[in-house]
Amino acid sequence: MKGPVLRIEDVDAFYGDFQALFGVSLEIAPGEAFALIGANGAGKTTLLRAICGLVDARGQSISLAGRPIGGCAPHEIARLGVAMSPEGRRLFPSLTVAENILVGGHKSRPGPWNRREIEALFPVLAEKADVPASRLSGGQQQMVAIGRALMRNPALLLLDEVSLGLAPSIINEIYEVLPRIQAQGTAILLVEQDIARAMSATARFACLQEGRISLAGQSGAYSRAEIAAAYFGQEVA
Amino acid sequence: MLADMMNTLIQGIMLGGLYGLFAAGLSLMFGVMRIVNLAHGDFIVMAAYMALVAVTALGLHPLLTLFIVVPLMAGFGYFGQRLALNRVVGTGLLAPLMVTFGLSIIIQNLLLELFSADSRRLPLPGLDTASIPLPGGISIGVVPLMMFAVAVAVLAGLGWFFRHTMTGRLLRAVSDDPEIVGLMGADRRHLYAIATGLAAAVVGIAGVLMAVKTNFDPLSGPTRLLFAFEAVIIGGMGSLWGTLLGGVILGLAQAIGARIDPGIQILAGHVAFLAILAIRPQGILGRGEAP
Amino acid sequence: MSLKAKDPRAGMVRGPRVASLVLLGVLLLLALGPWWASRGTMRLLVEFFYMLTLAQLWNLLAGYAGLISVGQQAFVGLGGYFLFALVILAGVPVLVAMPLAALATALLALPSAKLLFRMRGAYFAVGSWVVAEVFRLAAAQIGALGGGSGISLPAKFVKAISASRWLRESTIYWIALAIMAAVLIGMWLLLRSGYGLALAAVRDDEEAARASGVQVERIRFRVFVGVALVTGLIGALIFLHKLRITPEAGFSVTDWTVIVMFIAVIGGIGTLEGPILGAIAYFLLREQLADLGNWFFVILGLATIAIMLFEPRGLWGLVQRWRAITFFHTSRRL
Repeated sequence: MKGPVLRIEDVDAFYGDFQALFGVSLEIAPGEAFALIGANGAGKTTLLRAICGLVDARGQSISLAGRPIGGCAPHEIARLGVAMSPEGRRLFPSLTVAENILVGGHKSRPGPWNRREIEALFPVLAEKADVPASRLSGGQQQMVAIGRALMRNPALLLLDEVSLGLAPSIINEIYEVLPRIQAQGTAILLVEQDIARAMSATARFACLQEGRISLAGQSGAYSRAEIAAAYFGQEVA
Repeated sequence: MLADMMNTLIQGIMLGGLYGLFAAGLSLMFGVMRIVNLAHGDFIVMAAYMALVAVTALGLHPLLTLFIVVPLMAGFGYFGQRLALNRVVGTGLLAPLMVTFGLSIIIQNLLLELFSADSRRLPLPGLDTASIPLPGGISIGVVPLMMFAVAVAVLAGLGWFFRHTMTGRLLRAVSDDPEIVGLMGADRRHLYAIATGLAAAVVGIAGVLMAVKTNFDPLSGPTRLLFAFEAVIIGGMGSLWGTLLGGVILGLAQAIGARIDPGIQILAGHVAFLAILAIRPQGILGRGEAP
Repeated sequence: MSLKAKDPRAGMVRGPRVASLVLLGVLLLLALGPWWASRGTMRLLVEFFYMLTLAQLWNLLAGYAGLISVGQQAFVGLGGYFLFALVILAGVPVLVAMPLAALATALLALPSAKLLFRMRGAYFAVGSWVVAEVFRLAAAQIGALGGGSGISLPAKFVKAISASRWLRESTIYWIALAIMAAVLIGMWLLLRSGYGLALAAVRDDEEAARASGVQVERIRFRVFVGVALVTGLIGALIFLHKLRITPEAGFSVTDWTVIVMFIAVIGGIGTLEGPILGAIAYFLLREQLADLGNWFFVILGLATIAIMLFEPRGLWGLVQRWRAITFFHTSRRL
C-alpha cells in the first residue's frame, strides 16, 4: 500500500453544540503503531469514534488508504477495513466468547486472521469459547475485544484504553502481541493513559489537549517535562 | 370421565402450541428492538385472510397457501420496518406504541372494507374431524396435533437460527448494543427489518394455522395480541421455549374454562394470566426481573 | 435607533392572562348553553366535554406520568355499570349514584394497579388492556344487568332528577361541563405544583427522579387511581346520557381508548392546549367524514402514524412551530 493508511486533515467534532475537536490533523503509515495521549476529556475517544463513524463527521476530511470516509456510516467504514476495541470493551453480554469473536468477522476483509489464529494469539479464548462473555475477567474480556476486532483483518486497528483497570502482567501480555499484529500489515492507533507504555509501543505519537493537538512527533524524542506540558496545556519551564 | 378430562387437557396443550407460535413473533420483535407491536394480532388475521384469498382465488389447498403467505408477510414486515418503524426504534415508549396502534386500526378497517365483518374459516376437507385414537378412550385431533408439531418445529428452527447463523448472532448482538453492532460491519436498520420480517413470517405460519383451526373476522386481531402477550408473560421473557410453555398453560386454562362454560373460555385464560402475574411476575421460566 | 434585543418571552408573558380570560369567557358562554343551544347541539357539546376530559386524563397518565394505558375503557365501563347497578338494583337516586359509582370504580382500580404495576412500559400498556377485557367479560356474565345484551335505564329513574325535561337535560349538561372544567383547572393547578414537578421528573428520567427522593411508585399509583376515579365518574355520566349500557359499549376499546388516544396524541400530549385542539379537530373531522364508515378509521390511523413520524408534538406542536405561543405553561419538552 502506498501512502498513509489513515489521513485526517483539520477535523472538528461536535456533540450537539459542544465542540470536542478543533482542527485535528494526523497521518498514519501502513503497519505503523501510533499513540494518542492526553488527559481525560481531551478528545481522544472522540477522535477514534469519529474515524469509525460513530460520531458525526460529515464534511470532514478523513481518508482510509486514500478513500474518503468522513460521513460514512459505521458499518460501511468497518467493511472498508477499520476495526476498534472500544473504550470499556463493549462485548455483547448475551453472546459467548466464541460468538463475540465470530460476529467480528461479519463482512470482513480477507486476510490471515481467523478464529483459529486469534485463539493461537490468546489461548484463553479457546478455553473459554462457550462461556458468556460477561463472565470473564477484565483482562480476558479485553482479549476478546481485540480478537473480535482482528477478525475484520483491518488495515487500521483502533485500541481505546486497553489497559484500563487491568493488572500490569495482563497489560504486558496484551501489548506483547501488538508487533505480531503489525507484522501482518495492520496499522495500530492506540489511546493510552500510561505514557511510558504508549511511547515504548509506538513509533510516533500525538498529544491532545482540550480538543487540539498540542504536541506530535517521534515517540521517545521528547522529555517528560515537554510531554507533561503538552498534556496539561502549560508552558515548558 | 377421566378420558373426558384427558381429552380436554390434550386439546388445551395442542391449542397452546398455536399460542406459542403467536407469542414467538411478538417476543422476537421485543427481544431485538424493545418494541411491542400492537398490530401483532392484526398481522395474524391479515395472514389468515391472505390464505383465504389464495384458497378462493387460486383454489389452493389451505396448507399450501403457506408458500404464498409466508414470503408475502415476510416482505411486508421487512419493508414496513425499513420504511416506517425504523424511524421510531429507540425513541421512547410512546412513538412505537402509537405507530403500531395506528397500523392496527388501519389493518382492521381495511379488512372490514375488503371482507365484511362475517366470521370465516378455512376448512380442511378430510382432516378437520380426523383424530388419532389412543388407549383409554382418549384421542388427539390430527389438525391440533399438526399445529403443535409445527409450533415446536418453528421454535426449534428459530432457536437454531439464533445460535448458529451469523445473522442470528447479529440479531442477539443488536439487542445488546445497537451502537457497537455497526463496528461489526452490520447495518442495524437492515437487522431490525430482518427481525420484523422474520417475526412476520412466523406470524404468517400462525395465521394460516389459525385460519384452519378457528373462526376469524377482521376484528379478531386484538384478542390474538392479548393471547400472544399472555403466553409471553406466563412463560417468562427471554426464553423461546418459555413462550411455548406459556402458550400451553394458557391453552390449558382456556380448555378447562371452556369445559366449565364455553362463554368463559377466554376469561379463564385472562384470569390464569393475572394469577401468574400476581404470584410469579417474571414468568415460569423467566430469569431476573419482571417485564 | 436602539438595538435592544427583543425579549423572547414578550409574547409569552401575556399568554396566561389572555388565556385565563378567554377560558373563563368560554366557560361562561358554555354554562349558558341550555338557553342558547338546541337539544341536538347540547347533546353534541356533552359528548365534546366528556371526550375532551377523557383525553386530558389520558394525557395526564401518558404525557406527564409516563404511564401509557390502553385499558382506560375498563373504568368507563365500570363507572357505567356501577351507576346502573346502584340505580336499578339498589334504588339509589341517580345524582347520588354517580359519585358512588366513581368511588366503586376507584376501589376496583386499586387491585388492578397492584397487578399492573408489576409490568413496565409497553407491557404495562397491553396488560391494562387485558384487565379491561376481564371486566368486560365479567360484566357479560352478570345476568341481573342484562348479561351480554346489556340493559336500559328505566325512564322513571331519570325522571326522578326533575319533572322538567329541560331541567333534566340541562342538569346532565352542567354536570358534564363542570367535570370538564374541574379536570382542566385541576390539572393546571396540579402541574404547577410540587406534585407536578415530581411527575415531570418521573416521566423524564425515572432513575434520576428516584435518586432525588421522588417516590416514583407512589406517585404513579396515586395518579393512576385518581384518574380511574374521575374516569369512573365520566363513565357514569356517559351511560346516564345514553340511557343504555352493554358490555361492548361500556368497555369499548374504540370509543374510550382509540378515539381518546387519537385526540390526545394528534392534538399534542404533554401540553394542556394540545388535547383541546385535538378534540376540536376530531369533531370537525367526524362531521365531515362520518359517511366514510371504515375509511374514517383508516384515515385516523394514518393521521396518528404521520403525526408520530413527523411532528410528535401534534397539532399544537405545529402551531408552536409557526408562532411560539404558550397559554398554560405546563408543557413538557418531548
